[in-house]
Amino acid sequence: MSIKALLKAHGTPLREVYFDLENSPFVPREVVEAMLPYFNKYGYGNPAITHKPGWEAYDELLQAKEFIARTIGASPEEITFTHSGTEANNLAILGTALKFRKDKRKILISAIEHLSVTFAAEHASKLLGHEVLIVPVDEEGFIDSEVFEAYMSKDVFLVSIQAVNHEIGTIQNIKELVKIARDYNPDIIFHMDAAEAYGRIKFNVKDLGVDLVTLSSSKIHGPKGVGVLFIRSGIDIEPIIKGQISVERFWPGSENIPAIMGFRKAVELAFNNFESNVSKMRELRDKLMKGALEEIPYVLVNGPRGDKRAPDNVNLSFLYIEGEALTIELSLRGVYVSSASACTSRILEPSHILLAIGRKYEEAHGSILFKISRYHSEEDISYTLENLSEAVERLRRISPLKGDEHE
Amino acid sequence: MSKIPLPYTPKVLEIFRNPKNLGKIEDYSVVAEAGSPACGDVIRIYLKVGKVNEEDVIMAASFESYGCAANIASASILTELVKRMPLKEAWKIGWKRISDELGGLPSIKYHCSILAVGALKRAIRKYYENKERPDWLPKEETLEERQALELEKLLEKLYRRL
Repeated sequence: MSIKALLKAHGTPLREVYFDLENSPFVPREVVEAMLPYFNKYGYGNPAITHKPGWEAYDELLQAKEFIARTIGASPEEITFTHSGTEANNLAILGTALKFRKDKRKILISAIEHLSVTFAAEHASKLLGHEVLIVPVDEEGFIDSEVFEAYMSKDVFLVSIQAVNHEIGTIQNIKELVKIARDYNPDIIFHMDAAEAYGRIKFNVKDLGVDLVTLSSSKIHGPKGVGVLFIRSGIDIEPIIKGQISVERFWPGSENIPAIMGFRKAVELAFNNFESNVSKMRELRDKLMKGALEEIPYVLVNGPRGDKRAPDNVNLSFLYIEGEALTIELSLRGVYVSSASACTSRILEPSHILLAIGRKYEEAHGSILFKISRYHSEEDISYTLENLSEAVERLRRISPLKGDEHE
Repeated sequence: MSKIPLPYTPKVLEIFRNPKNLGKIEDYSVVAEAGSPACGDVIRIYLKVGKVNEEDVIMAASFESYGCAANIASASILTELVKRMPLKEAWKIGWKRISDELGGLPSIKYHCSILAVGALKRAIRKYYENKERPDWLPKEETLEERQALELEKLLEKLYRRL
């Protein structure tokens, strides 16, 4: 049985709207074109080697660092390229934990971190004996500063908190948390996973006072295979994978220059007309959320509403139906989304994030995540709303669970 | 067989698109359910039973389903299979048969076919609850009934961990 047969049975819908930017980007043509010369025309050498193609690559690499550094208020030497956001998060957590291996002290994370932070912290705990503290969040995903403070102590050497949650779009008050953490331990290492914030919310690393920051290319329409860890000057961590060191001090292996050039282009596109891009996303986000809540009964919003929600995030739970079935029903209609339902995971457990904000299992099963971008149009949203209503209605007709209205 | 998990077969997608025997039968003889909303899997089976040559035969079967595409397809194909089938025959249908009829479910979705068969067996037992138990109906729960029960318990346990 081949997957091709499944694709044939699925067919190609007349209109397609891709919202699954959480799991894989749509890479626009101009980004792809920015990558192409670096495969075989220019700068295809290894930047650490002394010949012309190598120097060309080195030149472009440094320029890309400068360019990206400027967007977050950092210096070029503070930018380390990794091969993904997941790798940058692992470097931040494990690289710091290894540095502090002699002191069996505490790592503080929140209950809704990306699994590349959560699992890396658990790994550090298992390997090195650090204790992992998990600060809970409220029903919208916010960390209460008093609760955070209750978890803080002099023993905490590493804090890792997301700037924006990748599933429910909660924007944390990082500056306040950094201040609290420093009050307890001035030398604390504060890591901010900003993969979900970058290119959609402006921030300055100096202003926030953070030490380590994760960025990811694939979250902003760049190619997969590039991440960044900002490592503040003066902070020393240990590389976590071993191999030939090229230009990067903390990350061995040859730099993926074409992908880095694509990332650079994606950054440029995100930061050109930043304000209008973001306000467009926000408008489309609100249109989709408002439309779904008005047109479809029994819908819950996961995460906060308004200004404290990321401009690109819509996460809704459709009660009485299951999310995997809804992703397939929408796919047949050309609307591509993801769900945090247990059925879409290999372990048959729903998202730890939805459970952490107090969603019941059956509420988490019906969740759908839409990621809005500047490439979406008003018509895309109207088309989605129309199909969403029909899809939910059809699956609710099949379901034995009913709301009052259906009884 | 490939060890790499495969997605659904075209057959599952086709049935998901056009499920058969959907919704309650108005004059059903018995209804039973397996699974739980907490686990994201519920299958409800309606049977209308009649006598044909002194034998109890399923005249009509229908379903309602809360769950993934595999869940919906399993329930739909089961109701197709048992139509006009004596209860005695229907009792013998195992989850593997459901999976095979669908062209092979991914292993992580076997539990959907287990729940479908569990709901059917529950319905058949329920039908004989206040009647004389026929010889072919085992007194003790069978393996497949227990599998469905265990699935429910496992999922309840996950749920309570909250």
